[in-house]
Amino acid sequence: MKKIIFILLVALIGIGANAQQKKSKNAKYSVEVNGNCEQCKKRIEKAAFSVAGVKSAVWDVDSHQLALIINEEKTSLEEVEKAVAKAGHDSEKAKASDEDYDKLHSCCKYGRKP
Amino acid sequence: MRLYLTAFVLFAAFSMSAQDTLQNISVQSSSRSLKKSLSVTANTTVMTSKELLKAACCNLAESFETNPSIDVNFSDALTGAKQIKMLGLTSPYLMITEENIPSVRGASQAYGLSFTPGTWVESIQITKGAGSVVNGFESISGQINTELLKPMNDIPFFLNVYGSTDSRFEINTHINRKLSDKWASSLFIHGNSRLSKNDMNDDGFLDNPLGSQINIMNRWQYSNAEKGWVSFINFRFMNDEKQTGQVDFNPDLDKFTTNHWGSEINTRRYDVATKIGYVFPDMPFQSIGFQNAFSRHEQDSYFGFNRYDIAQDSFYSNLILNSIIDNTMHKFATGLNFSYDRYDEFVQVPGIDRDFDRIDNSVGAFFEYTYDNTDNFSLIAGVRVDNHNRLGTFVTPRLHLRYNPWEKGVIRASAGRGKRAANIFAENQQLFASARNFAILNSTGNIYGLDPEIAWNYGISFNQRFDLFGKPADAGFDLYRTDFENQVVVDWFAGPTQVNFYNLDGKSVANSLQVDFNYEPVKHLNIRTAYKFYDIETDYAEGNFERPLQAKHRFFTNVEFATHIKQKGQRWKFDATWNWTGSQRLPDTSGNPAEYRLPGHSPAFSVVNAQITRTFSSVFEVYVGGENIANYKQDKPILGADDPFGPNFDASIVYAPIFGQMYYAGLRFKIK
Repeated sequence: MKKIIFILLVALIGIGANAQQKKSKNAKYSVEVNGNCEQCKKRIEKAAFSVAGVKSAVWDVDSHQLALIINEEKTSLEEVEKAVAKAGHDSEKAKASDEDYDKLHSCCKYGRKP
Repeated sequence: MRLYLTAFVLFAAFSMSAQDTLQNISVQSSSRSLKKSLSVTANTTVMTSKELLKAACCNLAESFETNPSIDVNFSDALTGAKQIKMLGLTSPYLMITEENIPSVRGASQAYGLSFTPGTWVESIQITKGAGSVVNGFESISGQINTELLKPMNDIPFFLNVYGSTDSRFEINTHINRKLSDKWASSLFIHGNSRLSKNDMNDDGFLDNPLGSQINIMNRWQYSNAEKGWVSFINFRFMNDEKQTGQVDFNPDLDKFTTNHWGSEINTRRYDVATKIGYVFPDMPFQSIGFQNAFSRHEQDSYFGFNRYDIAQDSFYSNLILNSIIDNTMHKFATGLNFSYDRYDEFVQVPGIDRDFDRIDNSVGAFFEYTYDNTDNFSLIAGVRVDNHNRLGTFVTPRLHLRYNPWEKGVIRASAGRGKRAANIFAENQQLFASARNFAILNSTGNIYGLDPEIAWNYGISFNQRFDLFGKPADAGFDLYRTDFENQVVVDWFAGPTQVNFYNLDGKSVANSLQVDFNYEPVKHLNIRTAYKFYDIETDYAEGNFERPLQAKHRFFTNVEFATHIKQKGQRWKFDATWNWTGSQRLPDTSGNPAEYRLPGHSPAFSVVNAQITRTFSSVFEVYVGGENIANYKQDKPILGADDPFGPNFDASIVYAPIFGQMYYAGLRFKIK
């Protein structure tokens, strides 16, 4: 009996965790991230995916837009921008350190906005 | 311990229930008509409808002539149906689907590819090797999926008219209407006929059958992008009639007599298919699809005194959920399939005279996981479990890997298992056109007394793109092996007047190597070349032999050139394909009297096809072309043509074209 209660309890917490959300589990964002090429695309998307809670990340080479779907219970847009900046790519709210920028491959050295 | 595990599973299940995905992969619009991606996991080539415009190409069976991955065999003298092979194995070992619904299978195996007109096709995806578990367990050497034109994207009117010197005429009409912003409908009408008799080699037999086909399809599409719904409903009717045999054969007078040898094959087919897809609007990576298809296929035929009638009622259903685990680097597809086939089959040939009525049904569940590191590595691992009333309960695993070791290079590997019930008569109908005695040597199995066919397929491929003299080129190879655990052996070696079917006892393997080189030395000039090597051996009751009617070496070249498009769309396009087929082992005819013998091996030969297309504007073009321009013809395509009711008659041994040169012309007209 104890066991059953325990199982039910844990399961209920599971349901509760699900139902509680006020924050969107599938929040869509599109932010401009600076970069040039296919190699940048791979790096930017990889950096975005490294943040737990990022479900989808697609960076468009032409428009420089990073389209995101994130679980806001787990992370925020700022976190993602920070992670992308850490990989060397500037966005409006988070700039890469000069050190991280300098690590980029030569073809990825995009023109930085002040 | 069990307690914690149960609690954990429940917790995980509830908290995951809301999870996620299938990211849409945007297909790059490229002018290339044959595309091989560096970033797709499976070894898949996509043929667009443009590729189909490069050859006479009247139906699906003929649409692979400009593609090195698939070998198109010559139509047998009788039916005019072209058979295809991939990795050296015939079409029964391929999974052929139309919009992901298995289409050419069971009763339609022999002629099914000729029942889809080429103009209906939007694109074809050809996957070598094991394939996906999503569509079923039957594929062994590859999958071919055809996407038809979608009513929402179709043009209001299309007309294609074609005529050729082998007196075949075709007309294709497409009419499309957009009924609202959510509903659209297309009506496709295809008709073809051959009314006059050809006997270029003067053996008294028609080189290709007289016939006519009417094929009508009505498609409806509903799409509501905002809400995420898309749906298709298809209705289709097809009637196909063929008559062949001796030139003087008149079915009304001569059927089932010894006046003249003749054959008729009449097929009628009804299809209804529906598809409903839902993409979660806030989660574009998550979707649900539900497909249902019903078909009835009836074939009534006779070949001299041999009779073969088959009817198949078939129902197929597939429910699939696509989503993600955590993020779009980890995707999965899972779902259920159900299939039901009822066959009424009647076979009357020397050695067999009976019904083979039966019902096959299966239910299965699949799970396929896709990992993509968004950079240089991806894998697809799939498994399915099926319960089939004749094949039992079994597991089908499949695995595909892709790795880009450096820029513009890709290595792929795949492995997988396939299992199927061989429809021995439907798949080997050419044998009915002979005086052979038929025998099934096993009686304990569930399928005609035979056991299920089981095979493992393994493959590895490499492709590298590079610049040669500043112009784009690519080169690569594919290496595949199919290992049969059991196979239904079709034995032509027991004697020239005998054919035996039995379970494999020993080894049967098919190894294939393809080496490709493609180059674009000048803009709009594309050269494709491929060399193919096949080593296919089976342990027959009489010993280990090469599979008959299979060339060990083949060489393929396709050259296409197009002029720049002028302002109004005017353009010239030129295409030429050269296929060299090496020597093939022929079935044993040494027991026949001297005049009815063939050599042990066929000679090597070349076939050259070419076409010129003149586009006058974006809505009107004409084309002329020739097939088999070098005019190679098989010597003695019909053994015993002078004595068709004698013991040595055999029209089933076809290794080369029977009809010589053929020229054709056609036009295409569109209203956009």
